[in-house]
Formats: sequence, C-alpha cells, structure tokens
Amino acid sequence: MLLFLEQLLNGLQLGVMLFLMSAGLTLVFGIMRVINLAHGSLYMVGAYVAATVFLHSGSFILGLLAAITAAGLVGMLVELLVLRRLYGRDHLDQVLATFGLILFFNELTVIIWGRQPLFMDVPDLLSGTIEVIPGAPYPSYRLAIILAGILVAAFLYLLFNHTRLGMQIRAGASNREMIAALGVNIKLLNTLVFGLGALLAGLAGAMAGPILAVESGMGESILILTFVVIVIGGIGSIRGALIAALMVGMVETLGGFMLPALLRLFLPAATADGAGASLASMSVYMLMAVVLVLRPHGLFPVHD
Amino acid sequence: MLTLQGVEAFYGSSQVLFGVDLQLEAGSVTTLLGRNGMGKTSVVRAIMGILPVHAGVIRFAGREIQLMPSYSIARLGIGMVPEGRQIFPNLTLRENLLAAAANYSGSSEPYDLDHVLTIFPKLGDRLSHFGNQLSGGEQQMLAVARALMINPRVLILDEATEGLAPLIRAEIWRGLNILKQKGQTILVIDKNLDVLLRIADHHHIIENGRVVWSGSSARLAADDALQERYLGV
Ligand SMILES: Nc1ncnc2c1ncn2[C@@H]1O[C@H](COP(=O)(O)OP(=O)(O)OP(=O)(O)O)[C@@H](O)[C@H]1O
Ligand SMILES: [Mg+2]
Repeated sequence: MLLFLEQLLNGLQLGVMLFLMSAGLTLVFGIMRVINLAHGSLYMVGAYVAATVFLHSGSFILGLLAAITAAGLVGMLVELLVLRRLYGRDHLDQVLATFGLILFFNELTVIIWGRQPLFMDVPDLLSGTIEVIPGAPYPSYRLAIILAGILVAAFLYLLFNHTRLGMQIRAGASNREMIAALGVNIKLLNTLVFGLGALLAGLAGAMAGPILAVESGMGESILILTFVVIVIGGIGSIRGALIAALMVGMVETLGGFMLPALLRLFLPAATADGAGASLASMSVYMLMAVVLVLRPHGLFPVHD
Repeated sequence: MLTLQGVEAFYGSSQVLFGVDLQLEAGSVTTLLGRNGMGKTSVVRAIMGILPVHAGVIRFAGREIQLMPSYSIARLGIGMVPEGRQIFPNLTLRENLLAAAANYSGSSEPYDLDHVLTIFPKLGDRLSHFGNQLSGGEQQMLAVARALMINPRVLILDEATEGLAPLIRAEIWRGLNILKQKGQTILVIDKNLDVLLRIADHHHIIENGRVVWSGSSARLAADDALQERYLGV
C-alpha cells in the first residue's frame, strides 16, 4: 500500500512534468495551428543550461533562472526565424521543418557539450526526504517539482482568465483577423505565447536535470508523451493539458507497477512480468485510444 | 478625414476592386451602397488592412495607411463592426468588450464599460455570458459596442442590421443615432435605404468594384431611376 502511494506521487510528478511540456505545445498548436516537433529541444536547452550554470555557480536557483530565460529566448528566436514562415502552411511542411530543428539542436548540444551526458545534483536544500505519507519518506526534490507544477497551473489560470493579455490571446486563438482589427499586434502576441511555452519547456527540462541524464536527444522521449497528452486533453486547452498530463503520468507510472502484479494473479510469474511490462508500455496509448473513441476531439475540445 | 483614391484589390488572381474613390467627412454619416457582391465588404477590408491593396491610396488622419498592418490602422482610429459580427465566442460579453479596449482617439470622455452600456443597455444583463451564448441581436450590439471601446475616430459598420428582427434593428439604429448626435464619424453599409436616407448625410454607390455615384441624401432620395438602377429598389 505504501509502495502504491509512493508510485502515485511519482505519477503525479511525471504528470507535472508533462503538464509543463504540454501547456506550451497545446497553446502553439491551438493558437498558431502549427505542429512544433522542436518543443522537446527547448526542454533539452533548459536542462543543459541549468546543469551548466548550476555546475559553475553552485546555485540551483541561478541555474533554473538561466534555463528558463535561455529556453524562452531560444523559443522566441525559433518563432521569429522559422515558425513564423510555417503558419498556414501544410502540416507536412511544419513537421519536416521542425524535425530539422530537432536535428539541429541535437547536433548543437553535441558540439557545445560533447557526447558525454551531464549529471546534475539535487540542490542541497531539497536533497532530503519528507514523510508526506507517514512511514514512507518521499524525496523533497520530487515534491518541489509537484509544487512548481501547481504554481505554474495557477499562474497560467490567472494569466489566461484574469488579464487582458490572456483575453487577447484567447480572442486571437478564435479570430486573429478580428483581434488585429481592434488594434492588437497579434504577431507580437504569438511570439510572446511561443516564448512562454518555450520557457515552461525549459523549466521542465531544468527540473528534470537532477532526475535524468542531461544528454543530446533527451527531448524526444518526453515529446511523444507530450503529444499524447495534448491529444487526450483536447488541442488548445490548457485545462485539458493539465488533466490529461496527470492521467498520462499516473497511467505510465502505475501501469508499470501494477500490471505485472495484476497478471501474476492468473499467469506464471515470468510470463506475467513480461506481458505486464509490454502492456504497461502500451497503456498510455490505449488510454489515448479509449479517450478518442469516446471524445474524438479530446477531453476539453476547444470550440471552433 | 478618410479618403480612398483609385483603390484596387484582388482575391487571388481575380480582381474585386477596380479603382474605388470614396470620401468621408469628419462628423458625417456616410453610406456605401450597392447590390450583393458589388464589393462593399471588400472596401471595408481594404481600409482595415485585411485585404491587400494593390494600387491606389488610402489616407486617414493625414497618413497613407494602405500598406499598414491592421492593428496600426485600428490604433490610428478606425473601428470596424464587421460583416457577420465576428464576436469572440470563447470570451464572455464583458471580455469581448475589455480585451482590446483603448483610447486610440485620445478622447477626453473615452468609452468604457459603463458608458457603452448606456448606449446598449440590454447588454448589461448578459455580461458574463459567452459570445456563443448570445442571440444574434445581442451579438450585433456587442459588435458595435466592442468597436466603440477602442474609441475610434471613424466607426465602420458592415451590415449591422442584417438578419435581425425589426425591433432589434430599431435598437441598433437608435444606438447609431446617439452616436451621430455625439458627432461620431460613421461609414455605414446597409440594405435599409429608407432609414439611411434619414440618418446619413452622404452616399456612395458601388457597382462591380467601382464607385459609380456619390451625392447627398436629398439627391438620392429624389432620384428613383438611380435607386432602381443600382440598388434594385
Ligand atoms: N474571400 C474571397 N475570395 C474570393 N472572392 C471573394 C471573397 N470574398 C468576396 N469575394 C468576391 O468578391 C466580390 C465582392 O464581394 P464583397 O463581399 O466585397 O461584396 P459585398 O458588396 O459586400 O456583398 P454583400 O452585399 O453580399 O455583403 C464578390 O463577387 C465575391 O464573390
Ligand atoms: Mg458584404
């Protein structure tokens, strides 16, 4: 039971990471109608910059700030130089161009940081454990990630629902031409939205630094799950991204833990473990399939 | 105040405006009349920087605006009430009004939420409804109110009474009369000639992408042949 609760927290933490990634991707997809495969590269940029600054300065906070700044700026630059030319073009063009960006960023990190992965320590302050559940100490760093996710969700909620900037972004998502005709510089707004999404991806990358190896290509594995999340949540919906990210985080984590155990009830142990593991790796896709059968446009379809 | 000279525009390779000339005096109510498909909406879109202008000049507030982006044109002081209303469906009525609100004309008594609600009081009970939950009439009043919230020097209305019940139409016309009394410069496109002859000072008739006649209400009212030929009334 304790193990189960611990896995639940792990699922929550993965869900938070996925939420940070998918918030930006779903916005870009929903508002600018552009498929950006290079979103994972911004996560990687965040991780590398955080690891490097942390290593040299010894300050995790500084690393985090540098990471989100760098990812935000790189994101806006990518929007200005590349994505802006892709709005309104065929999805295939967008996929090809942004796939090119992935290769570019992966090579670039190899040139700058080499092929050896960087390892980043958990900051001292968060290196301990906390007993959220009595009897099961849980790493405080992972709890901090969960907290960061809650803060970001609250921030996005306020930004989109209670500021004029948020109203303009939502208005632009439904009718660009009209919001421009009311005096809003929608191109600039798009760049800012893109920068915000990139910044969140950078934040996710920076926070993943101490948990994963920081290496070239690290953005791709999370990118796939991120796409699953935004499809389940409903493209363009931040609320959908939040719910779906938590669902996918849970299913991914608990699936690997529970399915083998479940199968052992009726199968020989070895077969159960093998089948359970394969089923577990398929489970998020099965979740996506079920959601799409029931709600073809995702959980929170954005009007159109 | 707003002048078009020889404005030409295309949709793809097919030309839609063939040299439009049009003038709007400050403080006047001016119309753009013409049968369906003659290019009225295209003129509005060209003024607003939505439809690219291939030739000709559009002058407003002492500037040439035909190459400017939409948002700059709006900021110079042109407010558009577009054909089809184009309310933001995912924003509440209040948000539709506030999203882009600004005082671009530098008016000393700028429109704000309370002020536009005195012109269209019916909107007051619907402030927290989403755009797609409003009736056609409410959407139309909102579209006018939304344009006023940027405090435009010129207000352009494209078919603001189309498809509305007579009572709601009257409500819109009443609103426009208030604006006219306040000295708001207005360019209006509408099919209700009899109302326009009362409310407007000056008229332009467009046919196949060209302005073929301009003149006062008195002259247009007196000329049945003209009305029949270009407006089919
Ligand atoms: N997006 C478009 N693409 C191609 N052609 C268009 C487009 N919009 C309008 N047209 C054509 O341009 C011409 C002028 O259209 P416009 O909408 O300006 O006319 P209108 O006078 O506003 O008509 P209505 O009274 O029906 O609103 C029409 O022949 C129309 O078919
Ligand atoms: Mg029209």
